Amino acid sequence: MKQLMTGNEAVARGAWEAGVHFASAYPGTPSTEILENIATYKDIYSEWAPNEKVALEAAIGASFAGGRALAAMKHVGLNVAADPLFTVGYTGVNGGLLVISCDDPGLHSSQDEQDNRHYARAAKIGMLEPSNSQEAKDMIKIALEISEEFDTPILFRMTTRVCHSKSIVELGEREERQVIPYVKKDKFNPVPAISKVLHTKVEERIKKLEEFSNKTELNYIEWGKDRKIGIVSAGVAYQYAKEVFGDNASYLKLGFTYPLPMAKIREFASQVEQLIVVEELDPFMEDAIKAAGIPCIGKEKIPLEGELNPDIVRKALLGVENETIKYDSSVVAKRPPVLCAGCPHRGFFYELAKFKDIVITSDIGCYGLGPKDIAICMGGGFSVAHGAQKVFNMAGTGKRCIGVMGDSTFFHSGITSMLEAVYNNSNVLLVVLDNRITGMTGHQENPGTGYALSGEPANATDIAEIAKAVGVKHIKTINPLKLDEVKEGIKWGLGFDTPAVLITRWPCALKKLSKEDKQEFGDYKAVNKVDTDKCIGCRMCIKTGCPALAFNSETKKASIDRNQCIGCDVCAQVCPKKAIVREGK
Amino acid sequence: MSEVKNILLCGVGGQGTILASRILSTALLSAGYGVKMSEIHGMSQRGGSVVTQVRYGDKVASPIIGKGSAHILVAFEAMEALRYLEGLAPGGHVVVNNYMMPTATTLAGQEEYPLDAIERVKAAADTKVLDAAKIATELGNAKAMNIVLLGALVKLMKLDNLDWDAAIRECVKPAFVELNLKALKAGMDAVA
Repeated sequence: MKQLMTGNEAVARGAWEAGVHFASAYPGTPSTEILENIATYKDIYSEWAPNEKVALEAAIGASFAGGRALAAMKHVGLNVAADPLFTVGYTGVNGGLLVISCDDPGLHSSQDEQDNRHYARAAKIGMLEPSNSQEAKDMIKIALEISEEFDTPILFRMTTRVCHSKSIVELGEREERQVIPYVKKDKFNPVPAISKVLHTKVEERIKKLEEFSNKTELNYIEWGKDRKIGIVSAGVAYQYAKEVFGDNASYLKLGFTYPLPMAKIREFASQVEQLIVVEELDPFMEDAIKAAGIPCIGKEKIPLEGELNPDIVRKALLGVENETIKYDSSVVAKRPPVLCAGCPHRGFFYELAKFKDIVITSDIGCYGLGPKDIAICMGGGFSVAHGAQKVFNMAGTGKRCIGVMGDSTFFHSGITSMLEAVYNNSNVLLVVLDNRITGMTGHQENPGTGYALSGEPANATDIAEIAKAVGVKHIKTINPLKLDEVKEGIKWGLGFDTPAVLITRWPCALKKLSKEDKQEFGDYKAVNKVDTDKCIGCRMCIKTGCPALAFNSETKKASIDRNQCIGCDVCAQVCPKKAIVREGK
Repeated sequence: MSEVKNILLCGVGGQGTILASRILSTALLSAGYGVKMSEIHGMSQRGGSVVTQVRYGDKVASPIIGKGSAHILVAFEAMEALRYLEGLAPGGHVVVNNYMMPTATTLAGQEEYPLDAIERVKAAADTKVLDAAKIATELGNAKAMNIVLLGALVKLMKLDNLDWDAAIRECVKPAFVELNLKALKAGMDAVA
């Protein structure tokens, strides 16, 4: 049967067909849907982990115990999981083990566009890269076989356009895999004396993998009409090259990209007049090919930054551009993403922005769309606040640091960040914006929500209890929709010489409420409207930044889009004329 | 079935561009076309500008297209038509929804929303303007606006003979099938 699938759906299907037993992940664009889809196959045990390091460690445990296992993450997630990655590169596996890295060239939803292919080389493990959904599905199975045959974890590297593009997939059936019996082995316990031996094996393994890379059908030649241009490419970049050159070039299409099949590349190069490497981001293949003494064209023509597309490849290599319609695009206004109508973060940030001499350290969740001065990485908001506060205090600036992060981020890596501020005693205010779900990536359960990926009830970890256990002396939980409560809460939190923790607890405006949510928060949703007789056109409500509000510059009146409004009442609280009222009242 | 056709759907996060393109690609697949579709998740869901690309034909390589390549641009919001107009091939069609959504920057008074966006699009390309919100509201639910626009696209791309009934049944909840079928027909009629 044929079906249109995204690369992520195809990976999930491939995992099911290949008999995978265990899958773990922390959500992150563009990887999130891999686990969401794996969860629909009940033959696979699947879960959300609090972070990527934990997800990979759990998958390593599953592999050592003899199951086929995978951990999926976005590119920056692999930085978090790098510690176990490098060591499992030494130990090897028992059941096949895949580390799926979804990179984001073009930064559609990320803070950097790092090229994770370098991890395969650095950790000396095999790497596969699919270029469409069919390959994504098929390569999962092949990758697991390679993992077991060569005793290596495999880096399965995808990019946004492979993850999120749909293409046709021929479906197969599940082949049940028996769990491989667990036998206690030295390699699973890499103390220095054992690791020295393992390192030798790793170097031998890389040589064997390169031999495999030269032989495997994952790396194949497609001859074009002539042999003037030969293109080496992998991943979605191959599809772009194919789009531009069609039959007018020959291709060495690589699916197994570390170690590179250097003998095959050399042979291909010798049969074409000009060798071109078409790859997104870094010159990963090009550098290796040039180091092997094979002349080629690469990054001197193909851009190093951003994602590629057929236009960019065409212009770079052929010097031609598509004709476009001529019009003035300068009048188009920017449309940045914003906090949703009814977002519980809005009230908090509205009040926070009024405080003077503060530095807000945040990160990359939805709340990162609010005001912030500094953002580095998941969970960094608290520890960055701590370091900055120490120096501000030394310099006598009087500035106060406020770290903010969401509930999911707190569980991800905010707890150690909080501990840092507590242990080393900073006068920082640490705010957990607890919207009862993982928001930015589209509503995944987390350790605080009381539910698992499967939808089954799970242990719900209490953030205030954690803060207490960490040693925080001042802890307060508030309703962020009540602006007075927020203002008082922030003032309270800035009144100490030791760390204070403020928890804003209200569900994400888009969350499908659980029965516990309904008990706690009630059926609060409603629609507000503007009483135009009372509205004086002061625009105070507009300043809350709610996308449900609009202002008519001719009538000088505000209005509310009833399709978006959920009646959070933040705008009603800022209106000096009480002109915002419930519909039907 | 030889030449690859390219379709661009653009709008604002939450307007249902992704569902419309899913229905479209499902019908194309059932009709035997090679199909690729590209969408972006994540930040774009938070009221940002969104674009989906659908390509179909005999052999489709790249899931995305570049500038000047789309045979048709369907804009769910007026200014978004102007933003993505460079994706249209000269001679291509535009379907634009007569629906304006302010942006965070225009609401804050940092820049002006171009109220003449539709006029500008009309001046640049062959354009059909639809009041999809009005049509969908008359059918009973403003949210079916996306399927009204899909209907216009279907008609203009001469895809009326595909099995839309089955595609809609596959992609939407049973309770919304009838509404969406009506919306599709209304969209087709609006540009007939």
